[in-house]
Amino acid sequence: MGRLGIETRSSLSMHLSQYGALPAIAQRHGRTPGALVGELEKSGLRGRGGGWFPAFRKWNAVVDSSVERGRFNRTRHPVVIANGMEGEPASAKDAVLMASSPHLIFDGIAAAAATIGATDAFLALHRDSNLLPILTKALDERHAAGIDSMTIALVTPPARYVASEESALSHWVGEGIATPVYPDRPFQKGAAGRPTLVQNVETLSHVALVARYGGDWYREVGVPSAPGTTLVTVGGAVAEEGVVEVPTGTPVHEIIQMCGGTTEPIRGYLTGGYGGGWIAAEGFDRTPWDPDSVRDAGAVFGASLMWLIGESECPLTEMARVSAWMAGESAGQCGPCIYGLPSISDDIHHLAMRHMSDAEMKRLEARLKLVQNRGGCKHPDGTARFVSTGLKAFSDEVALHLDRRCSVSTSRPVSRPGTEGSLPVPLPRLALVDVSGRDFE
Amino acid sequence: MSTPDPVVSTLLLNPTVCDGRGLCHHAAPDLIDLDEWGYPILPGGGLRADLTKAQVKAAEDATHACPVLALHIEKRKQ
Repeated sequence: MGRLGIETRSSLSMHLSQYGALPAIAQRHGRTPGALVGELEKSGLRGRGGGWFPAFRKWNAVVDSSVERGRFNRTRHPVVIANGMEGEPASAKDAVLMASSPHLIFDGIAAAAATIGATDAFLALHRDSNLLPILTKALDERHAAGIDSMTIALVTPPARYVASEESALSHWVGEGIATPVYPDRPFQKGAAGRPTLVQNVETLSHVALVARYGGDWYREVGVPSAPGTTLVTVGGAVAEEGVVEVPTGTPVHEIIQMCGGTTEPIRGYLTGGYGGGWIAAEGFDRTPWDPDSVRDAGAVFGASLMWLIGESECPLTEMARVSAWMAGESAGQCGPCIYGLPSISDDIHHLAMRHMSDAEMKRLEARLKLVQNRGGCKHPDGTARFVSTGLKAFSDEVALHLDRRCSVSTSRPVSRPGTEGSLPVPLPRLALVDVSGRDFE
Repeated sequence: MSTPDPVVSTLLLNPTVCDGRGLCHHAAPDLIDLDEWGYPILPGGGLRADLTKAQVKAAEDATHACPVLALHIEKRKQ
C-alpha cells in the first residue's frame, strides 16, 4: 500500500477523506522559516527530481538568501516553483502522480510557500501536457473550497529537455526564456532575481505527508540515508511497464516482480534517465533501490527510473537514437554542447552501423571527456555519461561492432537508426517548435 | 624539494557567454588551450582554474582579450 495514492484519481473530497485537511502551517518569521523545516530535517526527505538534495537545506538556503536584502534589490520575497515538467522521456512517475494525487502536490506547494514566506507559487508542466485539464480542475476545486491562502498558478514552459532544469524553469517563470542560467543558482537569484525554491512535484507530495504526520513517521519506512517511499518508473523488457511506489531500499528484482517480471533475458539497465547511465545486468537485480546503493553499484539513481534492455535488442542502436535526440535538445548556449553532442552522436551512429574504425573510437572516448564540466548546465555531462556508461556496460557488443558484427542483427543497417526502437524518443524537435518558431521563449 | 606555488586567484569562464572566438588562447597560449571546435579549455578542464602568481599575468591577458567578457578573475581572499 503506497503513501502517495497513485492507484486512484482523487478529487478534493476523496483527498480530504483519505488524508484529512492540511494542518495549519507555521509562517516564516523574519529569518526563521516555519516549523515545518525542522520536521523536514527530521524526516530526511531528499529531492525527487533527480539530484536527491536534502529538502530542508534547499528551503533554508532560500530563506537565507531572501534576508540578504541589498540596497538595490527591494523585492526579495521568495518564489516557489513545483517542477512537474518531467523532461525525461522514459519517466512517467510525475505524470502518474499529478494525474492521481494533484491535491497532495498542491498541499505541498502551499506548505512550502508558507514555511519559506513565498509570495508567489507556480506549478510548471510541459506545454503540450495532457494533464493540464486535470490540474486546472483540481485548482478550481481548491479555489471553490477556499482552502489556499494564496493563488497557485499553472505555467507551461516549452516541451524541451533542458527547460525542466531548475535554473531554466525559474528563468522561464521570471523572464519567459526557458534556457539554463549560469552561474546564478535559483535559490540565490531565481525568477526575476528573487530567491526561488524549485522542487519536484513528488518531493512536494512527500512534504504534504510530513506536514500532516511528522518527520519521525516519515522515516518509518525506507533506508536511513534516503527515507520514505519512492515512485519508480519501470520500462522496457518487463511484462507490465508502469509506475510503482516502493520503500527506498527495495531490491531491484522485487520491483521487477511487481511489474510482472522480465519478458526475456536481460543484458542491462538504463537507470536514472537519458542523463543517467547504463549498467550491465550481472548482479544488479540484487541492488537495493535507493540513491546511495545504486550509486555504489555503479549506476545512477536520478529520477528513479529503470529501463530493462533484453538480449533481442542492440543497445548501441538504442544509444544512437537517444544520443541524437539529446544532441538536438541542447539550448545552444555553450560550445562544447552545441558542437560536442552532435559529434558524439555521430560517432555512436557510426558504431551502431558498424562503420567505426579504432581511430574513431579513440576520438569518441576523448570527446566524451572533452564535453564534461564545461557547460552552463549538466546537459552535456549527462549525455556523455549516457554514452560512456553504455560503452562500458556493453563492451562485448562494442567489440563486436568494431569487428563489423552485431549480436542481434545479421544485416547491416543501410541508414541511420531512426525512430524504430525501444526507448521512447519524442518527435524530432522541429515538430515541437511552436508557431512563433521560438521554442525557447 | 620545491613546494607548489600558492594559489592567489581563480580564473572563471562563463560558457553561456563564450562564443569561441579563441582570442584568449592567442593572448595566453600556455594557459588556455582550444578544443577541436575552437572553444577554450582552462587548466584542469573545468570552468574554474586556480592561478598561481606566475600565471596571473597570462590570465589577465586572456581576460582582457575576450571580446564578449566571458572570462573573469576572482582574487583569493588572503
